[in-house]
Amino acid sequence: MLLYIIKRVLYAIPILIGVNLITFILFFMVNSPDDMARSQLGAKQVTPQMIEAWKEKKGYNKPLFLNDKAKGISKITDTLFVKESLKLFSFDFGYSDNNRDIKEDIKDRMYPSLAIALPTFIIGLVTNISLALLIILFRGTILDTTMMIIAVIIMSISGLFYIIAGQVLFSKMWHLVPISGYENGFGAIKFVILPIIIGVFSGIGSSVRWYRSIFLEEINKDYIRTARAKGLSEISILFKHLLPNGMLPILTGVVVIIPTLFMGSLIMESFFGIPGLGSYTIDAIKAQDFAIVKAMVFLGSFLYIIGLILTDISYTIFDPRVKLG
Amino acid sequence: MINITLLWTDIMVWLLLFAIILWGYIVSRSSRAKEQWRAIFKSPIALTSAIILLFYFSFALIDSIHFRVKNQHRVVSLLDMAFEHRIKNRERTYSAPFALKEYSKDIAVINGETKQIYRDLKYVHSGNMVIDSIKAISIGLIVSLFLIYIHIRYRKRRGRESEIPWITGYITLTILIVLFSWLYIMSFSYHVLGTDKVGGDVLYETLKSIRTGVLIGVLTTLVMLPISIALGVSAGFFRGWIDDIIQYIYTTLNSIPSVLLISATVLIVQVILDNHPDWFQSTLERSDLRLLFLVVILGVTSWTGLCRLLRAETLKISQIDFVKASKAFGVSNFNIIRKHIIPNLMHIILISVVLDFSGLVLAEAVLSYVGVGVDPTMYSWGNMINQARLEMAREPMVWWSLFSAFIFMSVLVLSANLFSDRIQLVLDPRNKI
Repeated sequence: MLLYIIKRVLYAIPILIGVNLITFILFFMVNSPDDMARSQLGAKQVTPQMIEAWKEKKGYNKPLFLNDKAKGISKITDTLFVKESLKLFSFDFGYSDNNRDIKEDIKDRMYPSLAIALPTFIIGLVTNISLALLIILFRGTILDTTMMIIAVIIMSISGLFYIIAGQVLFSKMWHLVPISGYENGFGAIKFVILPIIIGVFSGIGSSVRWYRSIFLEEINKDYIRTARAKGLSEISILFKHLLPNGMLPILTGVVVIIPTLFMGSLIMESFFGIPGLGSYTIDAIKAQDFAIVKAMVFLGSFLYIIGLILTDISYTIFDPRVKLG
Repeated sequence: MINITLLWTDIMVWLLLFAIILWGYIVSRSSRAKEQWRAIFKSPIALTSAIILLFYFSFALIDSIHFRVKNQHRVVSLLDMAFEHRIKNRERTYSAPFALKEYSKDIAVINGETKQIYRDLKYVHSGNMVIDSIKAISIGLIVSLFLIYIHIRYRKRRGRESEIPWITGYITLTILIVLFSWLYIMSFSYHVLGTDKVGGDVLYETLKSIRTGVLIGVLTTLVMLPISIALGVSAGFFRGWIDDIIQYIYTTLNSIPSVLLISATVLIVQVILDNHPDWFQSTLERSDLRLLFLVVILGVTSWTGLCRLLRAETLKISQIDFVKASKAFGVSNFNIIRKHIIPNLMHIILISVVLDFSGLVLAEAVLSYVGVGVDPTMYSWGNMINQARLEMAREPMVWWSLFSAFIFMSVLVLSANLFSDRIQLVLDPRNKI
């Protein structure tokens, strides 16, 4: 088991280097530092001296992969790729355009993101599984059909509508919660409750359909028939036999999401003015702050890879048949 | 004087249409495929959604024939020409659907007195709404009855009983045509769906947005398919180090959060476009180029899912005896892939194309909100929703832009979802119906 995890972690390294290479190609080759300087400086008459000065200040005045002027090992290390891209591995994200330490910013903004993402995830999971079980209990009836139609409709409406409609109804017309904002501590509840409700609701459509199909596959299997033949009630079959077996694909499917919860929801946070990582990223995209976008890309893929490893581990925990080697 | 101009995305749309017609021709020669399609349309819901999708696509096509107006730096489409009366006659600001006056009060001087009044709209004619409606509906009925008559004649001549629920189809078609002709004829005397902040007609904006949404949905697939088919099939077929490399590439791409990858790429394209103003002549061509880039970016970043499915299926198929036999007979790899592998992958490809379509239409709205979607000057549902966010905060609320975008977008996505459900049910061999 331990050996397997070590192997997976080692396999993650070339992938992260690949991610770095992609972001590097995007940020420094397709879009050369000269172009960046020109669009950052903004002015129509940009002199070559101004561009050089800007690159000097940012440390972008090095060659891309190979430094001919340097000697020995620094031929490779004194380049943009190593200095700007590989240093992300040490979680050194550098400074944003307005000279703030990105690492500190990320640390500060992590908690508001989690305050929304974690409850949304847990409440959503419980709601969706209960709804799916309810539909399974009434499978083949009119309730099943109606619920499935509602699920398709919920799925077909853009999440942006739910957010806008929720804000208009709950905040503007009924004055139940503030429209947007955030405060630390328990005061946060009134700010996060609406995003959580909307997040759970907009996820119902696709998840319930997915869980229902998983449960439907299980319910036709022999062990369920045996349980029924034993004379168990439908309810106890659902909870004692179907649920544990159906949970396996569901849990392993959602484990990969758990680490990325840190990243927050881009849209939700930006609409509700929550100072989390999602709105951080959006603001960076809108302000074209490449340093932050680069850091978030790295962080996102790092967390995703952790999620993949956790998924594999969760297989062995939940399903004793799976042996990892 | 006007002459036809082809924008980049126009070329792609018509190429795609050509490809679909070609594919339809191939399908019509295979009796098994024909049988499958008949099974798909046996469901009234599938037929209804297909007709709605077709209606949307025809709008996108009409909007994809562009003309350059001589002596003016302007490129207009066929749809623009049909709505000329609503493009030229802009109001000053917001007005509600069917309103005769502006939505908010304005200061005006009447007889030397300064008053707050609702100004009259400039380009509405308060005719008799009932008579206009009856006229519009009867025109719609005539057109749709004519189409239905032609189709019934055609079916009679074929002389075969079909299991397809045509009645439902006819009803859907009639409703759509009557609804549209009513909207269109009313648009001559009213702003049917109101006007936006700068007085533009919302109905026209929504109809223009159809092209953007549909194009992002279908053209992305056009970019994505060759990549995922080529890589997925070769990974599954050749295995070994080719498989390793391809798997590495898609795990790496997959591990970057897609919104971030897309936004990073779009940001960079934006910088490139800013630095090359000589690539386009008008704002329309600029936004078109940006749409093209967006489609390419979405395609290049979203091929991984389908690629993984195709790889797994190819692995499975190439273990089956008929492929092994062909290999033993010395059939070239290319021919095995062409004759044995690809035809057996068609159902996966088709299912994922239809499934992806609705996701892409929804993604456009989100990306436009983040600011990395289509050009802000381009009409799109994403841009409309983005604006609506501020409009909803006004007092009194300006709801009609959001409402129109919501209705038009949800109907498209809903019918795409229902259609893809049916396709999945029929084509997926795991489902026995």
